[in-house]
Amino acid sequence: MSTTPALHNLTVAELAAQLRQKQVSAVEAARHFLARGAAHAPLGAYLATDEAVTLAQAAQADARLAAGDTAPLLGVPMAHKDIFVTKDFPTTAGSKMLAGYRSPFDATVVSRLAQAGVVTLGKLNCDEFAMGSSNENSAFGPAQNPWDTSRVPGGSSGGSAVAVAARLAPAVTGTDTGGSIRQPASFCGITGIKPTYGRASRYGMVAFASSLDQAGPMARTAEDCALLLSALCGPDPDRDSTSLDVPAEDYSRHLNDSLEGLRIGVPQEFFGPGLSADVRAAVDAALKEYEKLGARLVSISLPRTELSIPVYYIIAPAEASSNLSRFDGVKFGHRASQYTDLLDMYKKSRAEGFGDEVKRRIMVGTYVLSHGYYDAYYLQAQKIRRMIADDFQQAFKDCDVIAGPVAPTVAWKLGGHGSDPLADYLADVFTLPASLAGLPGMSVPAGFGEGGMPVGLQLIGNYFGESRLLNMAHRLQQATDWHQRAPEGI
Amino acid sequence: MALTPHDIDRIAHLARLELQPAESERMRSQINGFFDIVDQMRAVDTTGVEPLAHPVAAIQTVALRLRDDVVSEPDNRTANQQTAPAVDRGLFLVPRVIE
Repeated sequence: MSTTPALHNLTVAELAAQLRQKQVSAVEAARHFLARGAAHAPLGAYLATDEAVTLAQAAQADARLAAGDTAPLLGVPMAHKDIFVTKDFPTTAGSKMLAGYRSPFDATVVSRLAQAGVVTLGKLNCDEFAMGSSNENSAFGPAQNPWDTSRVPGGSSGGSAVAVAARLAPAVTGTDTGGSIRQPASFCGITGIKPTYGRASRYGMVAFASSLDQAGPMARTAEDCALLLSALCGPDPDRDSTSLDVPAEDYSRHLNDSLEGLRIGVPQEFFGPGLSADVRAAVDAALKEYEKLGARLVSISLPRTELSIPVYYIIAPAEASSNLSRFDGVKFGHRASQYTDLLDMYKKSRAEGFGDEVKRRIMVGTYVLSHGYYDAYYLQAQKIRRMIADDFQQAFKDCDVIAGPVAPTVAWKLGGHGSDPLADYLADVFTLPASLAGLPGMSVPAGFGEGGMPVGLQLIGNYFGESRLLNMAHRLQQATDWHQRAPEGI
Repeated sequence: MALTPHDIDRIAHLARLELQPAESERMRSQINGFFDIVDQMRAVDTTGVEPLAHPVAAIQTVALRLRDDVVSEPDNRTANQQTAPAVDRGLFLVPRVIE
């Protein structure tokens, strides 16, 4: 087929249209992307692929297409962050603890996308149990940033961002607990959105911090993110007790709305001395574009931005220590080969199965939940969490959306933060506030900074304001071409 | 406040993690480094503020959902035990706990 060589440059919307018009088959598309994945294996994006499974799914999609099925994503190949359990592929969550694990069921997000016609290409690298900002905490080695392979892709959805940026998949899933969709999207020059907490089901997402974890799509354009978000969101009342009873929306409906008169809040705390000059210049230029599109910039304050760091790094480890207690070497996961008794088996299995950062967070979480410290740390953090959420509601009295940088710098060098976990934590400062408040947030390509590395603009909406964010991102992408740039050699 | 090696041992025991001495010492200094930034959080006056668990509860009531108490899952034991470390006749095996 003559269109095949350029298949990987098509957006999801374009590829879905070609599939519907039978210009390309799902099997051809799947083969094309599997071959690209294999050719770019050194990037470390994939943790698992299975050609036979993928091609069988693609053949099924072709049969549905032939039968006139009109599912919106029919035959579109995608890959999933390896934090979503899948029955047809292994699931590791980036951990040695789950090496060789196979889930008996699919995560709700995976099955919803399959229903919409998605063909699965494989599972994508991530920081262990989604804990990290660089993908360097993966037990299977970090993925590399395709813009400069000596740099990190960001994390924790690092492999996801690499797969999209390197055109190994037209779109992928990610999860965001403290910025894990937005920050790698920013570092790799792609588009990603985390919906309002409770919009997407957490069923089958290996749990890290249950009151923060949220799934979302990552792709090259806002238009594609809208298509995917419409398919993956929706109530899951029987499977996820925190899933909200809010019907799924057609997020593509408002993509082209005018931005005339839109008030964009610019938090002064996001533009302090911690923000590097190159990122600031790109973000300022993107904000100017919005002014040209008719929006108005309003200065706002999110006074507890810096406090988000300790608050998040108390709450998330506390929830993680509880969630990860299930890994005890009994029902699934790694079991030590040598031990003296049950307690020793627990301790050795967990010591061998978990990596450094995961152990650190389990330790912090166990401590802040322990007798005598719970009120001072965990409860205090949850109270400040409410104050942070209230700060946003105060700010939204003066603006419709909030915009600023995703991260203080562009992607750093692999190994650049050494063995100092605090350096990673501090770099999360601009994504943590929206996570704690459970607000939707996205990253949109906004140019390039130091070393020619991509810079993302962060957009934060009020609860259930995903459509507005996608509309804003789409309009920026109509006016600029940052999202269409590809790394050299891709 | 700084955690002592004894604190680290106690927490590691609660967390069911066996730490090697060097690992334990490294973790102690890293966790103490982290708690330096936690101090600013402890200084915040939160009198009268309700803790926030489900973030959307910041703007609306989020009730804990209950379902009818009826059987909803079929028997999936074989599939569920497929990657268990040790099973015998449908039972998970652990080291002897009662002599």
